[in-house]
Amino acid sequence: MSANASREKLVEVKDLRMWFPVLRGVLQRHVADVKAVDGISFDIYKGETLGLVGESGCGKSTTGRAILQLYKPTGGQVLFEGQDLVRMKPGELRRMRRRMQMIFQDPYASLNPRMTVGSIIGEPLEVHNIGTKAERLERVRYLLEVVGLNPYFINRYPHEFSGGQRQRIGVARALAVNPSFIVCDEPISALDVSIQAQIINLLEDLQEQFGLTYLFIAHDLSVVRHISDRIAVMYLGKIMELTTRDELYHNPMHPYSQALLSAVPIPDPVVEEKRRRIILEGDVPTPVNPPKGCHFCTRCPKVMDICKEQEPPFKEYSTGHFVACWLYE
Amino acid sequence: MGRLLEVKGLETRFFTQDGVVHAVNGISYHLDEGETLAIVGESGCGKSVSVLSLLRLIPQPPGKITGGEVWFDGKDLLKISDDEIRQVRGNRIAMIFQDPMTSLNPVLTIGFQVAEALMLHMGMDRAAARKRTVELLELVGIPRAADRLDDYPHQFSGGMRQRVMIAMGLSCNPQLLIADEPTTALDVTIQAQITDLVKRLRDEIGMAIIWITHDLGVVAGLAQRVIVMYAGYIVEEAPVKELYANPRHPYTVGLLGSLPRLDEARARRLTSIEGLPPDLIDLPKGCPFYPRCKYRIEQCAVENPHLQPVGPGHTIACWVDISKATPTPRAAQAEVKA
Repeated sequence: MSANASREKLVEVKDLRMWFPVLRGVLQRHVADVKAVDGISFDIYKGETLGLVGESGCGKSTTGRAILQLYKPTGGQVLFEGQDLVRMKPGELRRMRRRMQMIFQDPYASLNPRMTVGSIIGEPLEVHNIGTKAERLERVRYLLEVVGLNPYFINRYPHEFSGGQRQRIGVARALAVNPSFIVCDEPISALDVSIQAQIINLLEDLQEQFGLTYLFIAHDLSVVRHISDRIAVMYLGKIMELTTRDELYHNPMHPYSQALLSAVPIPDPVVEEKRRRIILEGDVPTPVNPPKGCHFCTRCPKVMDICKEQEPPFKEYSTGHFVACWLYE
Repeated sequence: MGRLLEVKGLETRFFTQDGVVHAVNGISYHLDEGETLAIVGESGCGKSVSVLSLLRLIPQPPGKITGGEVWFDGKDLLKISDDEIRQVRGNRIAMIFQDPMTSLNPVLTIGFQVAEALMLHMGMDRAAARKRTVELLELVGIPRAADRLDDYPHQFSGGMRQRVMIAMGLSCNPQLLIADEPTTALDVTIQAQITDLVKRLRDEIGMAIIWITHDLGVVAGLAQRVIVMYAGYIVEEAPVKELYANPRHPYTVGLLGSLPRLDEARARRLTSIEGLPPDLIDLPKGCPFYPRCKYRIEQCAVENPHLQPVGPGHTIACWVDISKATPTPRAAQAEVKA
């Protein structure tokens, strides 16, 4: 990976917040907020894969959706090539959507069972008025081939395909409008191990072939480390640490990253014998009422008094290595 | 150590409208007292059905155990009466399942659900069962256990529910605990808590464990012996270190190659297994793995290989010695006939 300083930023996320209101009673009074994403900032460089890793409910999927404006963010900015998507007019935003697409987790739920594969993949082209009917057909056939499916399948329905093949269809649909940025939201979690590897390899090949930029969201740190250039670790709506894949593995600074790394099993009994796990106590608190101060303070093995009072700043402690932790202040 | 369980030629079929599903196809293995055995494989390989069959927990119909013997404590579990098997289930052999939400009854309190087995199998009265329930919940690390007896499952988090399941499993001091993907639904830090707990309890109580999973990572730190299943057959069996250091079946080699490792220095390309697992209704003649195999020879299409020893405690079902053969890449095999 080349130095980030010399590279162009494609997406800049600044203090992004995504709160969902909790409404109660007949009058639907606004009683609280689920602070799914609570003020996060990071950049995504052209051509890189940024991994976003965290456990269920940490806000990683919400982050992906808020970046693509599938949710209207509560606050903050999302700059795409310098333009703020959050404040963009609907017409303008629709034109921008051609540049950014999404691959979803569940290949069973994300494909309309009543549409043929051809119309599923061709739909984005129709929506954005790209090409004539014949040209669109030609492009769908090409896309099927690109993702490793037989163009002969064009008139079949999703139920005729296996999970891995369906995920290929989802990938082809995302590629249809020739985007430069793709949010991959847990694209392999629903698949079997041997099929996961097929999809990871496909995503890697497509990135090289089309110069794509990925935000790769997953809970599995081994997969994220494999595919990403840089990794952001999320916990309860906050980014705890952001750095390169190797730096995160060799020099994790945040106690949560350290615990997460130590909890991931390595498929090698000889290595496993020697490893010492940091076992975290308890469970993740609810995002409706996150702890005061650092969000991780209730489970942190190295917690100090200040952590329960004040939120730590998200700071760059060495080149490209951002951490939010009072230990380093 | 004595032999605890001996499974011989176990065969389970499901008779469905679409045809006969060959879920488990004559598998044999054994388990010693206090031993931890992992059964590994992908969805639909028959790993869950094979252990559900041990306790005759297969829904019949459509399922049917069509052959084999399961010897436990001098009795064939497939032959004994329904009353007798009920005395084994939950008592001598306990089972915990993947999804702790659906395996706990949402309208009964945690305390009642754990105590139920104690009253039923151990003949305890209510007060004694309640007292023992608190001890068990404390043993599996539930904080303030005594205060939480009257809570319902929805008041517990996923990890805590799985702890309750484990407490239920341990309640009658079983000799064998069968864990069917117990950590798959959990987050990785919670998974670490649960595997840590199971290892600790195993060493304290000395029960044997059959751990069913698709995750070769978890197995590495937990099991002593591993069975790899594919399409209802055992394709490889080996002591854990031997399996990871020297996998001999092409499917095992493929599975290990498709796993990204956290400690890999440089992102290598994953060696995915091309194609899809076979349809269990319409199994290929010959080796079930042969359509996806990089090492296949003509014989593989004709005859299904039997398990053959290749080292101490290490057996494989394969015609080819992959340490001597060279793989042939099957180009354009990504097109699987849908």
